[in-house]
Amino acid sequence: MNESRDSIKDIWGERTPYREEWPVRQDQRTGEEPDKWVQSACVLCSNGCGMDIGVKNGRIVGVRGREGDRVNHGRLGPKGLHAWVANNSTDRLTKPLIRRNGKLREATWDEAMDLIVQKSKDIIEQDTSLGLGFYTSGQLFLEEYYTLGVLGKAGLGTPHMDGNTRLCTATSAAALKVSFGSDGQPGSYTDLDTTDAILHFGHNIASQQTVLWMRILDRLAGPNPPKIVVIDPRETYTAEKATVHLALKPGTNVPVMNGILNLIIQSGNIDKGYIEAHTTGFEELKKIVSAWPPERVEEVSGVPALKLREAAEILGTAKSVVSTVLQGVYQSMQGTAAAVQVNNLHLIRGLIGRDGCAIYQMNGQPTAQNTRECGADGDLPGFRNWGNKEHVQQLATLWNVPLDKIPHWSPPTHAMQIWRFAESGTIKMLWISGTNPAVSMPELSRIRKILKKRKLFVVVQDAFNTETTKYADVVLPAAIWGEKTGCFTNVDRTVHISHKAVEPPGEARSDLDIFLDYSRRMDFRDKDGNPLIQWTTPEEAFEAWKKCTRGRPCDYTGMSYAKLSEGSGIQWPCNEKYPYGARHLYTDGVFNTDINQCETYGHDLDTGAAVTEQEYKVKNPAGKAFLKGSDYLPPHEVPDEDYPLWLTTGRIVYHFHTRTKTGRSQQLHDAAPDGYVQISDEDAAKYGIREGDMITVTSRRGKVTEPAKIGGIEPGLVFIPFHYGYWDNDKRSRAANELTLTEWDPVSKQPYFKYAAVSISKEEDGMLKKIGKSIETLTEKLKLQEV
Amino acid sequence: MHIGKYIDLVHRTEKDLVDAFKVVAKAHRDEVDIEQTCLLLSSWSQQLAQIMEPVANRYNKENDKEPDRLTKTLLKKARKGSMAMLRDLHDLYLIVNEVLVCCTILKQGGTALADEELVAVCEEIEQQTTRQSSWLMTRMKSAAPQTLIVAKP
Repeated sequence: MNESRDSIKDIWGERTPYREEWPVRQDQRTGEEPDKWVQSACVLCSNGCGMDIGVKNGRIVGVRGREGDRVNHGRLGPKGLHAWVANNSTDRLTKPLIRRNGKLREATWDEAMDLIVQKSKDIIEQDTSLGLGFYTSGQLFLEEYYTLGVLGKAGLGTPHMDGNTRLCTATSAAALKVSFGSDGQPGSYTDLDTTDAILHFGHNIASQQTVLWMRILDRLAGPNPPKIVVIDPRETYTAEKATVHLALKPGTNVPVMNGILNLIIQSGNIDKGYIEAHTTGFEELKKIVSAWPPERVEEVSGVPALKLREAAEILGTAKSVVSTVLQGVYQSMQGTAAAVQVNNLHLIRGLIGRDGCAIYQMNGQPTAQNTRECGADGDLPGFRNWGNKEHVQQLATLWNVPLDKIPHWSPPTHAMQIWRFAESGTIKMLWISGTNPAVSMPELSRIRKILKKRKLFVVVQDAFNTETTKYADVVLPAAIWGEKTGCFTNVDRTVHISHKAVEPPGEARSDLDIFLDYSRRMDFRDKDGNPLIQWTTPEEAFEAWKKCTRGRPCDYTGMSYAKLSEGSGIQWPCNEKYPYGARHLYTDGVFNTDINQCETYGHDLDTGAAVTEQEYKVKNPAGKAFLKGSDYLPPHEVPDEDYPLWLTTGRIVYHFHTRTKTGRSQQLHDAAPDGYVQISDEDAAKYGIREGDMITVTSRRGKVTEPAKIGGIEPGLVFIPFHYGYWDNDKRSRAANELTLTEWDPVSKQPYFKYAAVSISKEEDGMLKKIGKSIETLTEKLKLQEV
Repeated sequence: MHIGKYIDLVHRTEKDLVDAFKVVAKAHRDEVDIEQTCLLLSSWSQQLAQIMEPVANRYNKENDKEPDRLTKTLLKKARKGSMAMLRDLHDLYLIVNEVLVCCTILKQGGTALADEELVAVCEEIEQQTTRQSSWLMTRMKSAAPQTLIVAKP
């Protein structure tokens, strides 16, 4: 193996300090010398690093970072450098499978697709399309999402379509809509190069977006390093570099942010002119946060008042601020309300729409932004508003279908509700593409029970056998990254093209081809009797998508496959006004809140009640951003006598999701071979637990057994990474989501993975002996892992 | 004066709502968001009943002798299932809007009497009750198509 650096041992590589510009550093890892390099981008996190795929004799043999790419300047992280080997795995799915006499058996594409079509038609005849549900991913390409969105909305006419993005970035979209009127990240990654201060809120960026963290490390290594505020209950890699680290109790994000905003407003560090000209709701916000003096924040959140003041001083006085927000906020109590407070921080200080100022309401997945843009997550394509008849009519005209075919007569069904309908029996077919809910959804015993229901017909489209395919009635083998062409968009609105480098294995097909085939077999037609979907290639799908975005905030009309292939990443909006893309949105302080432009009329942050068109008209924000606040609501489950500890779940640097790809890289697997439960020194002493002891963690919903890892976490809190399921080890219960709760944020509908009440107990010695030597090996490996 | 009768009506209906929201939360706990939001809204009604208390005491000579027509007939017992859930939310909506109507009427009387405390209480109740009503409408709308159209297996 030829590699430019050992990214397992040294995750972020050598420092290349930022001076006037971020230097290029090309990271590379190949098994053999490639015959050719094919342009692509990385899909192992949401950062969107430009990457070339090395190909030899029709096989992927390695990757290298693209030096000219605006996102990464050549760098790649450990997951990107290693996980490409999964493409070549011998256990890829290569043929469709159909369940016959209880067993999945190989079938032809015709048999599999005909069966799905027959089932669909039977269900529609009895129950209309409301009997069908689609649960997709943050891993497909935009051409695929758009095709799925069109077939779902204009072909079938079902509101039951969502992505696993509901679990990871729904709150990002919701928070942007609440404040600015539509989805769309206001800033750019380049803002990190010049900013004076950075806020990482519930975001362990060092582990999750390693290359973006390299950009920050290089700022810290250069002149005028930024100050960093980290809000996180754990001592993460990110927290280690913080100027101020606020280690808060689970579920107290809103009190902490209210406390910070209160201090900033009290000290007068606000931009009154900006507030007056470009926002609405300041007085109400001020009233809400004024109830949170630092001492009260300390009482509720455990964050010392002095530290809160230090954080507010940094965030209140820095001339420019970049804020990043992720799952610690999105997957916790009052997710949307807390994320919105970060938008508020920028708005009341006027730190938006210019260099050095950015809010990254982060995504977790590489193509999550496209799930949202293209209408595969329940939103209407092009950030259109379900409640706005004119917006729905635009789509009806574009697709040439009757207005009421598009299911605007019901709010889109979010994933948690789709699963609930499947549970209660009114969704009778669930089509799952590119995701593994049997490990990633909360409360897994419930999910398995739903998937096992005899009357639920389950289609699973994936590249590998997973914990979910086990319950499928039909399995469709899918081509993945490197085996198909398509585009995707990252957190700073950069669109990359990823070209097909090799053929998919066996009979595997791209998700696009599968959806197109379904559409053809279902014979979806437009008003004139022509096929509803007329494109057959990714490029044609992209051209169709461009038409759908014209005049909308996510305008792609200035892009083409040729243009995307010439350079390395273009930001939307890209149109006649911005032929090379735009670095910032809202440079003029005019937001997408105009009633004809906005993507939603908004929701009550505490209940999720929808604001009506009439009510919105009365508010008439007309381009001003909303300042909205919320008071503290305690979590619904808190530790008690039976379950005295808090559980929080999360990720580690070497793995992505349920490890379907990263678990197949020997090096990534060796670096982090198993789950663990992290507990504080104090709790370890209290329960008599040593490093590596097998610990059983129990919640009201299930139990898991994991080796103990001690330190780096607040007392009373336990942490378990959520990556580990059963496909490569079914010897013990170990998936973190056996323990988590079925409940969700009232606005974004994102489930809460960041708190649950649990108890812990040491496994009997007999169990320890059984596991024997493997413990020692494991302890060794754990040392390599993240604190 | 009959204003005391309306104050009493709002006060008692608000207290009824504390329990009504709890009944629905319990009956439909499998719908997690319904359980949690109804409990939250029950706590709001509790607060509203409390702020109504001093005003109700001031006018307590005029207790309304009429039975609460709505809460007597609606939501005696919550039912199970999706159609029942829709009907229960519908009942809650009617009771919540009973409070809203009463408040509008009361506020007029309070203003005519220059009873600032009463007017302020009415405005607080109006604001929170409108939020309760909005949520109920939102939730009913999202449940309606599936409940009305798709047959249970």
